[in-house]
Amino acid sequence: MSALINVPAKAKRGEIITIKTLISHIMETGFRHGVTGDLIPRDIITSFVCRYNGEEIFRAELFPACAANPFITFNTVATESGTLTFTWSGDNGFSATETASIAVE
Amino acid sequence: MPSSGEAHCQGAPQDDGIATPLAAFIVMMLIAAVAPAHAGEIPLAERRSGYDMMGRDTRAMQDDDTANPGMLWVVEGEALWRRKSGEANRACADCHGDAGQNMKGVAARYPAFDVKRGQPVDLEQRINICRGEQQKATPLPLEGRELLALTAYVARQSRGMPIESSDKRLEPFVEAGRDLFTRRQGQINMSCAQCHDDNWGKSLAGAPLPQAHPTGYPIYRLEWQSLGSLQRRLRNCIVGLRAEPYAYGSPEYVALETFLMWRARGMSMDSPAVRP
Repeated sequence: MSALINVPAKAKRGEIITIKTLISHIMETGFRHGVTGDLIPRDIITSFVCRYNGEEIFRAELFPACAANPFITFNTVATESGTLTFTWSGDNGFSATETASIAVE
Repeated sequence: MPSSGEAHCQGAPQDDGIATPLAAFIVMMLIAAVAPAHAGEIPLAERRSGYDMMGRDTRAMQDDDTANPGMLWVVEGEALWRRKSGEANRACADCHGDAGQNMKGVAARYPAFDVKRGQPVDLEQRINICRGEQQKATPLPLEGRELLALTAYVARQSRGMPIESSDKRLEPFVEAGRDLFTRRQGQINMSCAQCHDDNWGKSLAGAPLPQAHPTGYPIYRLEWQSLGSLQRRLRNCIVGLRAEPYAYGSPEYVALETFLMWRARGMSMDSPAVRP
């Protein structure tokens, strides 16, 4: 498992910043059949949350139609220096957390 | 079904309304004269990478290292590069050091001639040879996540560097690859060259036909939703021709890879590339 986060290291207070996240995950839909004809069980990320110094600023729900290795990008306003925490969770107890820091001047 | 020769490729001449056997013979001779192997070889200056033929969004995805899903494998490959493995308990980094310096340009000259084996080996095979001989570890499965990750990490170090294919010892293998590339095969009875030399730039089932230059392998193919090797891509086309694909790691694939790298010599590497 690996994830890539792109958050600007520095921003001006009040500036709109773009955050990009990419995580490796197979996103198995649960609709496909294996070679034996059995259904391949669903294994997807179901939710993504971004917190900015502990406060939730962005949340997304993911569904079987999302491609593998989901790429999520969104904007927020740079309010204060601190840490952005990204959490993905999903089927089979999947959970991953990454952090990035930002300096706001 | 493997192919027949070049001359009987086009269906019976009488289908085209030719009445006399003499005329049929003349037409067959003409086909034979026009058809030989390198009829449609692309002049060096007209070569274009698959990157140039894809849409703006896909290009943007490749260009941004935090949007390019191939980079997920590169990150994993970097960790594997440093991880000790095998009975020798040695990591790639223990011998090769900093990949950023010491692996620069390496992927751009693979498949490379292996003296001991008397034949070229591709990058995946080289990594597995190193695992066996230096790390005393079991080979990583071809097309498995770990081998793709290591390959992507090594290939990433050659981004922007020109593909090199100047080793004289590779020549017979380049020729063998050319033979496979230009040979008609499968129930469709077409050669690689008929699409990628003769008809590139046109459409195949709505998608632009690229020239098939292996500049960016391993690639993240959107259709696969995964990273895959050049051999997987070759398998894809061979199955499309309804021919029997070779086994991964077979000399035929390596010969094709060797030929394709020669054909793309001088072009810029862009691994890990994103392709539709």
